[in-house]
Amino acid sequence: MELLQSVLVTPFAEMIGEPFFFIEVLIGGLMAGVMYSLVALGFVLIFKASGVFNFSQGIMVLFAALNFVGLMELGLPIWAAFIATCVIMVVLAFAVERMVLRHLVNQEPIILFMATIGLTFFLEGLGETFWGSEVRPLDIGIPDGVFEIGPVWIQQSELVAAVVASLLVTTLALFFHYTRVGRALRAVADDHQAALSIGIPLNHIWIIVWAVAGFVALIAGIMWGAKLGVQFSLSVIALKALPVLILGGFTSIPGAIIGGLMIGAGEKIAEIYWGPVFGGAIEEWFAYILALCFLFFRPQGLFGDKIIERV
Amino acid sequence: MFYREAGVFKTSYEADMALLPIPLDKYFVIAVVAIAVLIVPFTASNYWLGSILVPVLILSIAAIGLNILTGYAGQLSLGTGAFMAAGAYMSYKFVTAFPEINIVVGVLAGGISSALIGMAFGAPSLRIKGFYLAVTTLAAQFFLIWLFQKVPWFVNYSISGVPTAPPREMFGFLVTGAEASATARYLFVLGFCVVLALIARNLVRGRIGRTWMAIRDMDIAAELIGIKPLHTKLSAFAISSFYCGVAGALWAFCYINTVEPTAFDINRSFQILFMIIIGGLGSILGCFLGAAFIFTLPIFLNNTATALGLDISTAMIRHIEFMVFGGLIIFFLIVEPHGLARLWGIAKEKLRMWPFPY
Amino acid sequence: MSVEQQRKERIGEVILKADKISLGFGGVKALNDISFDIRKGEIRAIIGPNGAGKSSMLNVINGFYQPQEGNIEYKGKVYNPMRPYLAASNGIARTFQNIALFKGMSTLDNMMTGRVLKMHASILEQALYFGRGKKEELEHRAYVEEIIDFLEIQAIRKTPVGRLPYGLQKRVELGRALAAQPDLLLLDEPMAGMNIEEKEDMSRFIIDVNEHFGTTIALIEHDMSVVMDLSDRVVVLDYGKKLADGTPDEVRANQAVIDAYLGVSHE
Repeated sequence: MELLQSVLVTPFAEMIGEPFFFIEVLIGGLMAGVMYSLVALGFVLIFKASGVFNFSQGIMVLFAALNFVGLMELGLPIWAAFIATCVIMVVLAFAVERMVLRHLVNQEPIILFMATIGLTFFLEGLGETFWGSEVRPLDIGIPDGVFEIGPVWIQQSELVAAVVASLLVTTLALFFHYTRVGRALRAVADDHQAALSIGIPLNHIWIIVWAVAGFVALIAGIMWGAKLGVQFSLSVIALKALPVLILGGFTSIPGAIIGGLMIGAGEKIAEIYWGPVFGGAIEEWFAYILALCFLFFRPQGLFGDKIIERV
Repeated sequence: MFYREAGVFKTSYEADMALLPIPLDKYFVIAVVAIAVLIVPFTASNYWLGSILVPVLILSIAAIGLNILTGYAGQLSLGTGAFMAAGAYMSYKFVTAFPEINIVVGVLAGGISSALIGMAFGAPSLRIKGFYLAVTTLAAQFFLIWLFQKVPWFVNYSISGVPTAPPREMFGFLVTGAEASATARYLFVLGFCVVLALIARNLVRGRIGRTWMAIRDMDIAAELIGIKPLHTKLSAFAISSFYCGVAGALWAFCYINTVEPTAFDINRSFQILFMIIIGGLGSILGCFLGAAFIFTLPIFLNNTATALGLDISTAMIRHIEFMVFGGLIIFFLIVEPHGLARLWGIAKEKLRMWPFPY
Repeated sequence: MSVEQQRKERIGEVILKADKISLGFGGVKALNDISFDIRKGEIRAIIGPNGAGKSSMLNVINGFYQPQEGNIEYKGKVYNPMRPYLAASNGIARTFQNIALFKGMSTLDNMMTGRVLKMHASILEQALYFGRGKKEELEHRAYVEEIIDFLEIQAIRKTPVGRLPYGLQKRVELGRALAAQPDLLLLDEPMAGMNIEEKEDMSRFIIDVNEHFGTTIALIEHDMSVVMDLSDRVVVLDYGKKLADGTPDEVRANQAVIDAYLGVSHE
């Protein structure tokens, strides 16, 4: 009886009782969700353009952040480190295309997926071999203060992250719709064979897409790293992007954004209001179970393409 | 020409469908098992028995489990660790609740519990396929580990939260727990391994194995032949989780001697997945080869580094390990997607011809 | 008795009746109020230009698609709708336009899978390969070998089907369907992509299946000479509607059919 009450009644009572705290929690969750969205965005880009489910997107976030921080520690100013890391991510894209994707072109998706799992481990090892595995703080001058909007407090850093993410998404959306390369990417996402037959060079497209995903990973890595410090758990957090993709659909950019926000907010709210009932640490699995429930009712996610089976 | 297939003619379907139709194969396997049972326990050191063979054999059982689900039935699973954990914890509960009952029953009880849990998390697989299913198994992985950590009932309300493995005997010898000798634990685990491998082999080449492979290869056509997709997938989850559960129980009782969740986290799931990829998807032999390879690789790297006189920290060795693992996965997927098992098959074919090139 | 008379003798009452089937996907209507029947022991051809809805019709009979309207009456029982498991367990088997073999398995295994509904051994018996586990494997292996002999594919029984050339794959697919001992066999363009010799072989197999096993056959085919030679009756579809239904000669003379094939503007 008590359990039922604490699950069905008390949390809502608390929310209504202290609405401003609830709004803070909500906003905090949404901000975290923005981070998830950035990671999910990288997934969606690669999946749309090459049909590859890039499990290593999470580790790319860590890898990019590691390189960035490491270079800064070596003395490079922020802008130089940024450009240098971008170059590194482009080189990575080349390497992945040349050494992995090219050889697995006609294989089934599950094989490609497992190859990206291998890539995940490889990149983790590589990054940590060069830069070590201690936690490093990342300071790029993002203000540390707090905005006060009435009785609600918002972290400045989170606001910056949200703004950056929005800019990034808008740029990408414009890029896809209005440039030649963007159109080519959309063509490839629709049908590899058809795109090939009109002369779109698949290899170049893949390099571009992985480079863009790498760039997105870098931005995500900088944002996360500024908040939490650059460390391995960054990639575990990125694993959470998978439920985001399920909610939003694997092929939809707006889906990645909305899914990320939903997961971020949902997680936070669940942890604060329902966590104590279950002993805490619900955040470890809440996103996944939420995604699981979603899968029952809408297997293709909110915005994904409907799966039609043909014989 | 050591390895001959020519001149081996079968006069009945029964002979053709025997487990090991080629006499040379049959004698080889019998020899290996005989050596494993009769010679190894008395000649190998405790280190080899307890720290290498026991874990490799246990992980092989888990690998067979995952291979049934992912390699034969085509359902990608990242929740192997959690199913192993389920077996370990439920086995622990059973063994401590019924101390008089034989330990073998206790281990099997863990397996059965895990099978039920596996079926529960596999139920969505009718509507959910491919990567989506992988995320479902991730949900199982994170949720179950959280559950076993949070709910004290699973560890009999022990204060530390990490109980030690209960010592149990068989034929008068201690086989579980820290006091048991390496030889006893080895033979105990070996017994499970041989029987379960034999059963797996029979299952995969029989009716149920064919339905698994049919669902993996073309589930729509399979359905139109009359195979029921949900039944088939559930049976794959159930049997696979049974194997993982047994492996988990053995891991807790005979290797690490405690029942703790960190032994069954997401890294374990990846480790076993790597074993079946490198060993060979859809091959029982591959499970053993993959398990041996993945488990001994870090030890090998460590020894090589020391032998070369390089002074590398343990952390660095781990990083290099990761790179090697990752690189090997990609290498095997590109070069030989059927893994070590296929390489073994190719080696046998070459032996057939040797010393002739073709 | 001439061959024709012998054939007519063999044809019995109606085994399957499609009754006012309508099937649509979103805005596209694949089948529009189709009704026809198939008699036991006959070879019934379903023909029509591309996109006419022929494969969709087979899919409805199979239970893979559920029609919005209409039902299937099979062996006297009305199915509304038909489901794949019901179709298979009541003796309907089929081959596919794009080969749907289990590429990871050998010819033998593919065909043994075709017999899955006839195997009832429990998991325990399978796990230990004793009792029914062993007995059924041997029994069904013996039957499958008969089909292998019939189709002359002994040499490739252990080959993984993914490695076989196209023509042999089609034959193996036929074998898998036959392994189920069906009463009604649905063939979706069994001769697609074959040269003259392969077509003659396949035609011979189809006729043999019909005569020796007594199997009723529904056949989608584009090659008109094959259709005219093999089939007892023909139904013609175009744009999801039934154009004609009768013996090959009747259909050949039908003006609407001629228009559909030669292309007359639809007004």
